[in-house]
Formats: sequence, C-alpha cells, structure tokens
Amino acid sequence: MRNYLNIIIAYSIMMLLIILVGIFQSWSIALTIFNYCMISAVMTLGANIQWGYAGLINFGIMGYTALGGLAVVLVSVAPVPEAWSVGGVNMMTCLGIIILMIFSTRYILKNIQKSNKRNYLIAGIIIVGLILIKIIAGPAIEQIEAVDPAKTGFLGGLGLPVLFSWIVGGLFAAGLAFIVGKVALGLRADYLAIATLLIAEIVVSIIKHEDWLARGVKNVIGLKRPAPYEIDLQTSPWFINLVEKFHSAKLDLANSLSERQDILNQLVIDASSVYVKLCFAGMFLVVVIILLIITQKALYSPWGRMMRAIRDNEEAASAMGKNVVKQHLFIFILGSAIVGIAGAMMVTNDGLFTPGSYRPMRYTFVIWVMVIVGGTGNNFGAILGGFVVWFLWVEAAPIALFFINLFTAHLPETNEIKVHLINSAPYFRFLLVGIGLLLIMRFRPQGIIPEKIIKQ
Amino acid sequence: MDLINAVIVLLNYTIIPALTYGSQLALGAIFVTLIYGILRFANFATGDMMSFGTMFAVLLTYYFQSIGINFGFLPTALLTIPFAIFMMIFYMLIIDQTVFKYYRIKKSPPVMLAMVSVGVMFVTQAIIRIIIGPTDRRFLDGEKFILKATEFKEMTGLAEGLTIKSTQMITIVVTIIVVAIMFWFLNKTKTGTSMRAYSDNEDLALLSGIDPKKVVLITWIIAGILATIGGILYGLDKSYRPFVYFNNMLPIFAAAIVGGIGNPYGAFFGGYVIAFAEIFLTYAYKRFLVYILPESLEPNSLMQLLSTDYKFAISFSILVIVLIFRPSGIFEGKRI
Repeated sequence: MRNYLNIIIAYSIMMLLIILVGIFQSWSIALTIFNYCMISAVMTLGANIQWGYAGLINFGIMGYTALGGLAVVLVSVAPVPEAWSVGGVNMMTCLGIIILMIFSTRYILKNIQKSNKRNYLIAGIIIVGLILIKIIAGPAIEQIEAVDPAKTGFLGGLGLPVLFSWIVGGLFAAGLAFIVGKVALGLRADYLAIATLLIAEIVVSIIKHEDWLARGVKNVIGLKRPAPYEIDLQTSPWFINLVEKFHSAKLDLANSLSERQDILNQLVIDASSVYVKLCFAGMFLVVVIILLIITQKALYSPWGRMMRAIRDNEEAASAMGKNVVKQHLFIFILGSAIVGIAGAMMVTNDGLFTPGSYRPMRYTFVIWVMVIVGGTGNNFGAILGGFVVWFLWVEAAPIALFFINLFTAHLPETNEIKVHLINSAPYFRFLLVGIGLLLIMRFRPQGIIPEKIIKQ
Repeated sequence: MDLINAVIVLLNYTIIPALTYGSQLALGAIFVTLIYGILRFANFATGDMMSFGTMFAVLLTYYFQSIGINFGFLPTALLTIPFAIFMMIFYMLIIDQTVFKYYRIKKSPPVMLAMVSVGVMFVTQAIIRIIIGPTDRRFLDGEKFILKATEFKEMTGLAEGLTIKSTQMITIVVTIIVVAIMFWFLNKTKTGTSMRAYSDNEDLALLSGIDPKKVVLITWIIAGILATIGGILYGLDKSYRPFVYFNNMLPIFAAAIVGGIGNPYGAFFGGYVIAFAEIFLTYAYKRFLVYILPESLEPNSLMQLLSTDYKFAISFSILVIVLIFRPSGIFEGKRI
C-alpha cells in the first residue's frame, strides 16, 4: 500500500484540479479537459511502452495519431457511390499494383543474392510501378475529386460503426510502425528520433494532399458519434425530466411558469453537452483502464522483464539468446498501435478530421513532455503525465493572464507593455511546458512517479 | 535559340531558386552538424534558435527604419546582422550555462541532451512569440531586383526572361563568404584545429591540453553566427514567421544527415542536395520541354513528377533512403 501512496496522492491532486475547473469555469470545460487528458494518457501509454520499456525513441507520434484519425473517416463515413463508380476500379487496380510491387520485391529479396542486379531489379519494379500508378490513378483522382467537391469529392468510407474504427486505427498505426521499424530501428537513438519525425511528416503530408482519400485539407466534418447528439437529447422527454429532477431546488425558486421554462431550457442545453461529454469520458475511461491493466500485466511478466533487460543492456540480453531486433520491432508496433487508437479516439471525440492540424509541436513534442514528466517506464506515471501536461497546456493561458494582471495591476489599462502581454497570454503555454520539462529533466529525471522494479 | 531559351527557363525557375534555398539550408545544416559534432547531441531547437536571431534583425530593422538609417540599395537588415548575432550568441551562452552545461559535465547520453533541447525549443518558441508574436513579417527594403525579366528580354532579345532577385544574390554571396571564412577557421587556425580534434576524439584532445570550455564557447559563437545569418537570409528571401522557422528544422536536419552528420562539408553539400531535389522533382517541365522537343512531341500535361505540396516530403524521403543505404551520410559523417 505504501508503494501506491504517492500515486494515489498525485492522482487525487489532479482530479481536484479538474474539479476546481468545473466549479470555477464550467463543468463542460472541465469534462472537455478530462476527455483530452484521457486521450493524451492513451498516447502517452503508447510512447511509454516504446521509450520506458524498450528505450526506443519515437518522435513520430504525430503520424500514428493522424493515421488513427484517418481510420475513423475510412471506417465510419458512408461510401460515396458516384465517386466509386467514376474512379473505384482504377483506384482498386492501383492498390493491386502496390500489393504486387511489395510481393515481387519481397520475392526478389528472398531469391536473388545481394548484388547490383538485385538493386536494379528492385529499382525497376518501383519505377515501373510508380509510372503505372500515375497513369492509372491520375484521371481517376481528378474525376473522384470532381464529384460534388463542396461536400464529398472523396471515396468515402465503409459506413461501419465508429467504435470499430478505434481498432482499425490501431491496426493502421501498427502497419505503419512495421514499415518504419523495418527501415529505421537499426539507427542510433537520436537518428531514430529524427527519422521517425520525418517519416511522420511524410505520412501527414500524404493525408493532407491526397484529397480523394479523406478530402485533405478540406476536412471531413460531421463524423458519426458513439454517443447521443445534443439536439436529440434536448428534445427527448426522459432527459428533460432528468434535468428537472436534478435541479428541482433551483427551478422551484422561479417566480413564474415562463421564467421556470426559460431556466429549464438553459439547464437542458448545458446538461446535454455535459451528458455527451460524460458518455465519451466513460468510453475513454474503459479504454484507459483496459490498456492500463494489459500494460501493467505485460510490464511485470517475463516478457516485460526481458524488455527491460534489453533496454538496460542490449549486448547482454542478446548474449542470453534474446532476439533484440525482433523484440524492438514488436514493441515499436505495439506502442504505435496504442497511439493509433488514441488518434482515432480523438477524431471521434471532435467529430471532425482536420489533417491540417497535425503538427509536430502538438502531437509529438507535447506527448514526449508528458512521458518524461509523468515518469518513464511507469504506466501510472505515463497516464499522470498525460493529465498534468494537458491540464497545464490548456489552463496555461488563464493562469498566465491571472499573473500578468497581478504583476501589472499598478499600470494603466492602456500601457503598451500590459496590452502586449495580455495579447500574448496564449503563448505562455509553451513557456510553462518548456520550463516544466527542463526542471523535471534537471531535478527529477525519472519523472513524477518513477519506475519501480519489484524484486522477488 | 530554343536551346538558350530552355536553359534560361531552367535557370530562372529551378537553378537560381534552388541555389538560394540550398544556401539557406546549408547554413542551418552546418549549425546542426557543428553542435552534433562537438557538443554531441541533435539540437531540436535549431529552427527556433535561427528564428530567435532573425527576430532581433526584424525588430532592429524596424527601429533603424524609424530613425532613418538605411543601407542604400541593400536591405537594412544586413546592417543589423552584427547586433542580431551578438544577441543570439548571448542567448545561446545563457542557455548553455543554465541548461546544457549540467548534462555535458554529467556526460549524459545524447538522447537526454536531445530531450533537453526539446525543452529549450519550447522556451525559445515562447519567448519569440511573446516578444514579436506569431504573425508573418516582411522586413526587406532597398532594391528588390537586380535583373528584371523585361530588362533581360530587351537586352538579349530572347523570348524567356531571367529574373534575379537581390535577396537571391545576397544569399548566395553572403553564404559563400561566411562558409569560406568558417572553413578557413576550422582548417587553418589553431582554435579550429583544436575543435576538430575535440570532435574526433574528446579524450585524446583533453589529454593534449585542449581547453574544453574554450572549444564549447567557440562552437556556440560560430553556431550563433551561422544560425543568425541563415535565419536572416531566409527571412529576407521569403518572410519571417516563427512557425515556418520551426518547420524548417526538418529539411535542415535532413540536409545535415544526408551530408553525413558531424561533417561540415557534408552539411554544406547536403543543403544543396535537398534544395535541388525538392525543386527539380516538383518543377513542371512543360515549358522547358516545349523548347527542346520537336513540335510533334510536345507534352500536353504539366510534366510534373510530384505536386509542389510534397516539397517537404521529398527531402524526408531522400533522408530515409540515405539512412537505409548509407547511414553515415554521403560524406563520411562524425568528423569535423
């Protein structure tokens, strides 16, 4: 129990902070922060598996998040029949060509010995394949994008339930991680960081600019939701009755019937958004708890011990007969898949997919700050890191504004410095997160909740 | 005549812009490579440090303009370079003393330092945005063009015009001067040699009496000069915007690694490799081909290999290819 005391204290403080936001700002904001905290926590869990368990540095979180988001679009959006009829065949042919290219390359790699001839053959396959794809896909893409460009202009998805896409998001990310792992895992740590960052940029730029796939920067809006819609709630009698019961004391204070109705309407509108967010919070909580149980079990299993052994001394682990390369690849895929799930969760929560918003600052570096701050190698720490840093990231602007007003209270309202500072309050989040990271790295490099090795 | 026109088209739309962009990348890449070679970590604050130096140039340019100082037909920003460099080096040394020094003395692994540099990146970005804001700023004044397309056409009587912007000329000339001085310094002076020795083998260098503090100090000074000049040249040529500078870190990294990280010659070369690849692969060759092909073969599409949206993606793909086949870079890396 004593082992868990600091974890419990840290989590209680975090919950208290969120509740304080609920009391002082609004419950809707508090729940939004809470949901995003949980999404961040899932991302952090993924990054922590790679960095904390195995010491692999993955700066490509952004790419996996974006792929998870893409999965939501491809799974849940209804298909666009016109687009399929004008370009479906060609696009499928291209997919076939790509699969053919992969398998023929694999065949050559297996059956022909390493030589110049093999390199030329592979280069030939790739070039011929790309030219074929360009010829076949070019006109098809133009036709697909011309189908009602204001609303669709893309192939659409499969029209399946949106929760299913969380799993698909994980699979997409795992697939990308497999390729990236094969290419880059042999590199030294800081090269790996740069390589993964740049590969993630490539992925995001493809999602951004291939409009036929997911509308690119034109964004997909109005995605399906696994939770009820606010509008439906506001008109359903059971929900109104519930709100009435909940706030009966407040409603009784009303003087007239019409005033009571006005108050009730306002309360129902507020409550509906809180209710929807609670639904999401429940679903996210389930995901976080499942992942936490699995990752905890894995960490203290023989497999987890082996991973830590590989992390701490690769040569020794390899000498003991552990396949370091294979295990690294496996854990890279596993961690990335979890990040992919988080990406899908985030797009589901937002209800829209905006490829333009995937930027390394927000989706790679902030996540890494979470991992480092929370505690590397400790799942509870990782989740806490997600909560703390996201909370700071969101609440930094109000906090900064408070302090600016405090320190410049004696200055007149029109003072240039004061106005400038107040206008730049949003940027204090970078300062806060950066200084937080530097302080943690300096004085508590193991994080808020450090890794614990249970000795038997 | 058609052949000359074709060459002019190529010069105007690909070679000159690529040389300019390549020079800007090269300066940044040498900055990355120096830090990597001597201080031994990948500096993720690269883009923001360049942005920091440029910020002072922008502010000073505005100040100079307001008190009526200018540099004739050259941009006023060139006058501000020494002041901006001074501020940049000052900032870098503060960061080094308060942040990096601790980990250097503790001999932390490079990953740790890279992570710390992420923290520095956040802080630098915050400072920049708080001081100057995130908006787009242009601070180019003086003559805009050295050679205008219409003048060129009148002079030569060709159908195609050649435009040379003054910023392009300034970028190329300044880069050549700065890089030449830097290579001279690294190769011919005693301090430069000691820096190379320190980069090659730290223990041996310490044994032969090289003062590590001095090496680190000189490295930051050179890095500050390169970062500021690179940033200012980029800002003059395009425009100054903090977010863009942060993003530029990525092709700069690509250039440094492609050339062989830790090797300044490689980084210099890598900058041009990346720039030329980006521009040549995204240029629409139709206009060029119209001149050199017979009429019957004239292309009806744009003849563009990749859309310009993929500019960044190209440099990253090159990097990935280089990392797979030659992880040490085109030139052998890790040497100075």
